[in-house]
Amino acid sequence: MSLRNRELLNLLAVGLITAIGFASVYIARESVVSAASLAYGVFFLALYLAAHAVVRMALPHADPYLLPLAGLLAAIGVTMIYRIEPDRALRQGIWIVVGLALFAGALLFLRDHRILDRYTYTLGLAAVGLLALPALPGIGATINGASLWVRLGPVAFQPGELAKILLVVFLAGYLRDNRELLARALPSAKHFGPLLLVWGAALLVLVETHDLGGALLYFSVFLAMLYVATGRWLHVAGGLGLFSLGAWGLYHVVPRVGERFSVWLDPWADPTGAGYQLVQSLYAISSGGLFGSGLGRGVLVAPGGSTYIPFLETDFIYSAIAQELGLAGAVAVVLLYVLFVWRGFRIALLADDGFSKLLAAGLSAAFGIQAFIIVGGVTGLIPLTGITLPFVSYGGSSVVANFLLVGLLLMISDRVNRDSR
Amino acid sequence: MNPQIRRVFLVLAALFVALVGMTSYWLWKAPDLEARRGNPTLVVRQVTIERGRIYSSDGRTLLAANRRRRVQGRTWYLRRYPAKELVAQTIGYSTLSRSRSGLEESLNDFLTGSNSDLHTVLRRTLDRLEGLTQRGNDVVTTIDARAQQVAMDALAEKCGAAVALEPATGRVLVIASQPSFDPNLVERHFRRAASAPGAPCRPAAPLLDRATQGLYIPGSTFKVVTAAAALDSGAFTPSSEFVDKGYCIEYGKKVTNFADQSGPEVFGRVDFATALQHSINSVFCQVGQRLGPLVVLEYAKRFGFYSKPPLETPAGERAASGLYDRGRLLFPSDPNAVDPGRLAFGQERLLVTPLQMAMVAAAVANGGLLMKPTLLDRIVAPDGTIVTQQAPEVLGRAVQPETAAELTAMMRRVVESGTGTVAQISGVPVAGKTGTAETGRRGENDTWFIAFAPADAPRFAVAVALQDQAGTGAQTAAPIARAILQTLLGGKP
Repeated sequence: MSLRNRELLNLLAVGLITAIGFASVYIARESVVSAASLAYGVFFLALYLAAHAVVRMALPHADPYLLPLAGLLAAIGVTMIYRIEPDRALRQGIWIVVGLALFAGALLFLRDHRILDRYTYTLGLAAVGLLALPALPGIGATINGASLWVRLGPVAFQPGELAKILLVVFLAGYLRDNRELLARALPSAKHFGPLLLVWGAALLVLVETHDLGGALLYFSVFLAMLYVATGRWLHVAGGLGLFSLGAWGLYHVVPRVGERFSVWLDPWADPTGAGYQLVQSLYAISSGGLFGSGLGRGVLVAPGGSTYIPFLETDFIYSAIAQELGLAGAVAVVLLYVLFVWRGFRIALLADDGFSKLLAAGLSAAFGIQAFIIVGGVTGLIPLTGITLPFVSYGGSSVVANFLLVGLLLMISDRVNRDSR
Repeated sequence: MNPQIRRVFLVLAALFVALVGMTSYWLWKAPDLEARRGNPTLVVRQVTIERGRIYSSDGRTLLAANRRRRVQGRTWYLRRYPAKELVAQTIGYSTLSRSRSGLEESLNDFLTGSNSDLHTVLRRTLDRLEGLTQRGNDVVTTIDARAQQVAMDALAEKCGAAVALEPATGRVLVIASQPSFDPNLVERHFRRAASAPGAPCRPAAPLLDRATQGLYIPGSTFKVVTAAAALDSGAFTPSSEFVDKGYCIEYGKKVTNFADQSGPEVFGRVDFATALQHSINSVFCQVGQRLGPLVVLEYAKRFGFYSKPPLETPAGERAASGLYDRGRLLFPSDPNAVDPGRLAFGQERLLVTPLQMAMVAAAVANGGLLMKPTLLDRIVAPDGTIVTQQAPEVLGRAVQPETAAELTAMMRRVVESGTGTVAQISGVPVAGKTGTAETGRRGENDTWFIAFAPADAPRFAVAVALQDQAGTGAQTAAPIARAILQTLLGGKP
């Protein structure tokens, strides 16, 4: 079977799963099957088929699994959001449309990711600029203690999500150019300098905006790509050492970080105050059992309409999935991320130029690490930092940025598969 | 770069395995997390069960029922209490925002149908398989709604409690505590429920079950226990002779009889029965000194003192009676640690609950046999089958039947021509004992009346305690006890 037909088949399966998901939420809510719930499934199927048509046209040799995986994750997300807060599901749906439109635009007009190689430094600076945007007075907005948003009229978006991709592009280009020099035991300041400059600026901005999850993500991606480029564990170890030092400093200086850390160590020290979110998240996860309560039948929303866990549909959507779909559903979601990352790294392995290799590895690592940071946070594995679960969490900027990420990976894989043919 | 790419992927894969491990860990810890307060899944599981109702003994007065509410496609059963203040402390409450109390707490397993007797387990499993709402068992209490209402009305605007028992079975017919509260307010207006602005005592504590937790100085009602010890031990008979000088010397200090405006009463040469009839402190002081405090306390134990009365309410809502030293129950091993004379007429550091004194009256009425007090008549499954039918249980023998008969005769004289004449009911012989305990603050006596009727064939025993009273037990508590007895006997109060 051709790659594209395989993709088509996968997308049909995703459409079916989406329809079933919506129908079951609807049944749990109203005790009837409604055409409206099935319409969601049909709508998403049509949307994915349109995206598929664009891929078929622009990148016929691209990986056939990435788009269905992304589509399935987005469908799971929008189904959960529909179950929690139906109005938001519609908005998320609109964002998915926007994301896929930009995805199609990127495929049709950019076509080749290597064009980005020419603008490495420009994109790096743009990333830092984007990160700094929320700190600007007038357009910046603070939500839940973190200033990550930029408000333009009715639309609020997180420029950090886009900056994530741009930084990976910058790193791929920069590390490709300097990998031999950086691979030395003690690279000179001349080669490390620009890297540390962009990176230091990015982290500074993140700390300034209190985006701890973002800081953790970018630093981890940086270390992963540095290791891929140089093969030196020592650099990674040094980086981790620096990070621990920074974390230790933050722990003592920024009260928010200290609080997150102590909640992680003992969530039940203050179960109604600082530890509330995490404790409620753990209750939700533990009550799911092996197969969950069923969609729409869990205990997520209080009689007043508010959710027991604040930010349930953004940061804590994994907890909602674990409760209603059980361990089976949660593991399935984790598995989807593993598959996605595996396909991404496979593209990196097969790519024949350094830029493509580093770009594919960096984008896949960023995707996987982001999922790990938030799922690890809500399960209490690591201290909780607010960040979206790619494709699943409610949030337009995240969905749009991640569809662009998929687009880039598809471009790389198209080129790889075409050349190997 | 390929080896590095592979290794980074392996690290990431390991991290994802850790995520699965952590998620599974919380599943494994679920039983532990489930029991924690603030876990909404537990709360919601409870409210989606159609909780059993609670009835008065005749099944006609609903003490606790449910109102349905649709929340997110499911039916929630929220508690409502149609009888409001009537038996509020004993029935308790079951809410979303607060934990439970009273029978709602202690009988929760039955009320939610999660008790583990075979019939209930079978029904619950079938219901679950059929996807039906889980239904709890109904509870029929022993409470006599009419007498309870009379008691609550009589206690209104006072601080105190009344308990009425069936001596032969231990069934609790009346368990009234004022000030009371409206359990319907607990969910949303807890502050309002927990404050009783009109109450004449501080703290008003309407949530406190004064019948089982209120500790009062028993005063002269304790003379019944002392008399039981005196007669049952064989040291005295009802006709034992004493000389009352109006006081008794203890540790070189004068302890005087009850004083009215003309000063302490002096009775001169009296027998033991007359001493109880007129509640003569100096005589009981002498009896206490002769018996020694340990004998008196030993008999108190036989009546149930020094252990929490085994009622069905949560253990935390019941208090044991006895000597209290700095807030702790004290059973002295050294007889010199206790003032025997003052103990004998119910002062010293004695603190008792109205329930305990009702048990004393009931044991005397029941020929000396103390029955286990119970609030439970039966528990009925939704299909009408009886899950539990409460049978009378003997707690122990307090005194020999002959002693009980002698005590009954002495207590009859109290009501016929002694301190308790207020409690007379025409056509029905009543046995009783008054109590007016000094708290050390003027006009703030703990006043008592314990009684049973008919004295020749006892059917009902009652104890009434009031706090912060200016009058005597005869003036304040006896009329309430009389009204309750009269209602129970079938007359008009």
